Amino acid sequence: MEKEKKNTEFKMPKMGGGLRSFLTQYIGQVVFLLLVFLFLSFATDNFLSSQNLINVMRQISTNMYVSCALTMILICGGIDLSTGSVMAFSGMIAGFLSLAGVPFWICAACSLLAGAAVGFVSGFIISSTNLPPFIVTYSMQSILRGTVYVITSANVLRLTDEAFLEFGGGSLGFIPWPVVYMILVIIATYMILNLSRLGRHMYATGGNVKAAEFSGIRVKRIRRFIYAASGTMAALSGLVYTSRNTSMQPALGTGMEMDAIAAVVLGGTSMGGGQGGVLGTVLGVLIIGFINNGLNLLRMNSFWQYICKGVVILIAVYLDDMKNKRMLRATGK
Amino acid sequence: MENYLLEMSGIHKRFPGVHALKGAQLKLRAGEVHALVGENGSGKSTLLNVLGGIISKDEGEIRINGQPVSINGVLDAQRAGISIIHQELVLVPYLSIAENIYINREPMRGGRVDYKTMYTTAQKFIDDLGLSLDAREKVVRLTIAQQQMVEIVKAVSFNAKIIAMDEPTSSLSDKEIDALFHNIRSLKARGIGIIYISHRLSELSTIADTVTVLRDGETVAAMPVAQTNNDEIVRLMVGREVTNYYTRTYNSPGEVLLDVKGLCSPKVEDVSFTLRAGEILGIAGLVGAGRTETVKAILGLDQRTKGEILFLGKPLRAKDPMDAYRQGIAYIPENRREEGIIPLQTVRFNTTLKVLQKFIHGIRVNRTEESRITAQYMNQLSVKAASQLTRLQNLSGGNQQKVVIASWLATDPKLIIMDEPTRGIDVGAKAEIYALMNSLAQQGIGIIMISSELPEIINMSDRVLVMREGKISKVLSRDQISQEEIMKYAVNI
Repeated sequence: MEKEKKNTEFKMPKMGGGLRSFLTQYIGQVVFLLLVFLFLSFATDNFLSSQNLINVMRQISTNMYVSCALTMILICGGIDLSTGSVMAFSGMIAGFLSLAGVPFWICAACSLLAGAAVGFVSGFIISSTNLPPFIVTYSMQSILRGTVYVITSANVLRLTDEAFLEFGGGSLGFIPWPVVYMILVIIATYMILNLSRLGRHMYATGGNVKAAEFSGIRVKRIRRFIYAASGTMAALSGLVYTSRNTSMQPALGTGMEMDAIAAVVLGGTSMGGGQGGVLGTVLGVLIIGFINNGLNLLRMNSFWQYICKGVVILIAVYLDDMKNKRMLRATGK
Repeated sequence: MENYLLEMSGIHKRFPGVHALKGAQLKLRAGEVHALVGENGSGKSTLLNVLGGIISKDEGEIRINGQPVSINGVLDAQRAGISIIHQELVLVPYLSIAENIYINREPMRGGRVDYKTMYTTAQKFIDDLGLSLDAREKVVRLTIAQQQMVEIVKAVSFNAKIIAMDEPTSSLSDKEIDALFHNIRSLKARGIGIIYISHRLSELSTIADTVTVLRDGETVAAMPVAQTNNDEIVRLMVGREVTNYYTRTYNSPGEVLLDVKGLCSPKVEDVSFTLRAGEILGIAGLVGAGRTETVKAILGLDQRTKGEILFLGKPLRAKDPMDAYRQGIAYIPENRREEGIIPLQTVRFNTTLKVLQKFIHGIRVNRTEESRITAQYMNQLSVKAASQLTRLQNLSGGNQQKVVIASWLATDPKLIIMDEPTRGIDVGAKAEIYALMNSLAQQGIGIIMISSELPEIINMSDRVLVMREGKISKVLSRDQISQEEIMKYAVNI
């Protein structure tokens, strides 16, 4: 007991501890990512070309927006299955407004607001009733997808506004705009989760709702915020997709939420809440992005790609789970 | 050589970083109730889990009726006639009593479960023990005490020779405890050996025949209960003389901190009292008398229907607890695990959760200040943890409770409400918490302490509110406080 006690002494945080703690936490993901990276570098001719790498970054950006928001949701102990439909819904709003001649920045603002609003509604229902987030957001997914099909009659909207097409298709120097947004979203999420009081409150909420409430944390507000944030990120994702495709397709974003969940869990964030972080999610999105890209470069049949992706995700998540169990055992009980 | 039903000797178990059992031993005779006591972390549960086949031992020998047995799993233990009733009951709520008793060994006929046989045999076991339970009742409808009875019936139906109970009385009322003891005696009469783990030493003289004391994974004593007393057992448990178990220096109370007038909520009626600075006000009463509900109504966790609350002379309008907290009221809840701690987070995270504004401004985090605050309160409460980054789930109950208290002290409260502050924590940590309460009171902090443990109410309080059926039935001043007086007003006579 004596030897345990003296360790409570005041210690200065060590410099360079950030990288070390990043590596101990995410060693599995980093190694996995490097293996995939090395394999593809040797197995394909053009994986390492700057053209291809920028391409991968552009492809993963939309998944990154929603995965960042989803990380906060999983940390709070929730889940969001409505992402794909919110993308289509807000993409449709932007598309209609743009076709009606509304300036792009108003279209974009309305679209993001619409995403935030539907997310807020989900968050409101979840926080004021005790319905499971799984069911609430799944219902929302179905309602919004239906709405999009009803309003568009399943027709594609073709876009012509230059500013709209620049939003997702253009670039800043050699960096595509979607990648710029991606970096901003990652930084913002990191700041919320790791540097703000709100972030601590999120970890507390997911770690033990009751204790959080008894500590005076306003859990309901946090829930509304994260689902609204998730809706907003889905809308951003929808805008970028729509812009890049130069058209709004009613089936836009179908299945997106599953890729996001896979990426976040692959990044070590627990579905049980209270644990995880956005850096892991970045790694998770990168892994899934490289796998998708690599399978394309290897010219694998797209049906086989689904199977391959599923197996790889399963293995990666299993390895992470093993590592966590070992770490838990090492810390005592 | 004497005949023992069970002999566990030289049991060692090492976990990474912890040598949990260091040659522990336990000898149990048939038809005896054998108490197993020790502080949290002394290895009681580990020893029980070794016996039950839940964890495997590294070294040591287990003999039953003199024959060595090897227990490598729960099934081995069952076959050897060992049944363990855990503190957290593990029955399936939406199945009937009979289905729970026969789970995984349902009587079959023609490839289908033979429910008729299952219900009749289960009912027979229940009746044999003289219990009034219906084998067809769903477990979810039973009280904790009744669920415990089902566990006992289940153990008997396995033909268990050894039944181990881990803190069976921790969530039972006095009446239910009497019923449990009655059942334990009838098990004894059948020649079953009973291992009984409890933190309530006062129970031992009533129910136990012999006692084994564990400390730091070693057996430090084993003796008949009749030849010892609680003081000696406590000394053996902590390994030193516990002087001044209760620390209390009374000082003249200061200004009125809290003035509650005619408080009503759906669960309490017309509650009025005052609390002065430097005073410890005990709230006693039976479970369900409205003690916790009173403080919840004050804090705004429960809705307030009538009445006025003045805090430092100003009306306290608490719609949610945040309002109360901001004005300097702290609330240490009753169920530490469910309401107090974030188990997966670190000591540092938990300690500073309520004072983030002291070191996080916008997105600037002052890590130095954060660890300084944590260190300050860890030292003040002598929290025993490997480091500030130890997860709460890896601390003992007493240390978890200290962290909860630390996190509230960090908010510089003027009034602290403690609901069952020492429930489920060991004697050493209890004494430390009493000493802390005393020094807080001396600093002029007002404390409201809800407790079901009469000794701590009697020894720590300046005044005691006794509650019954949602109302205050009596306010006892210091010279009036006694066990008899409290019980008189707590129970409707």
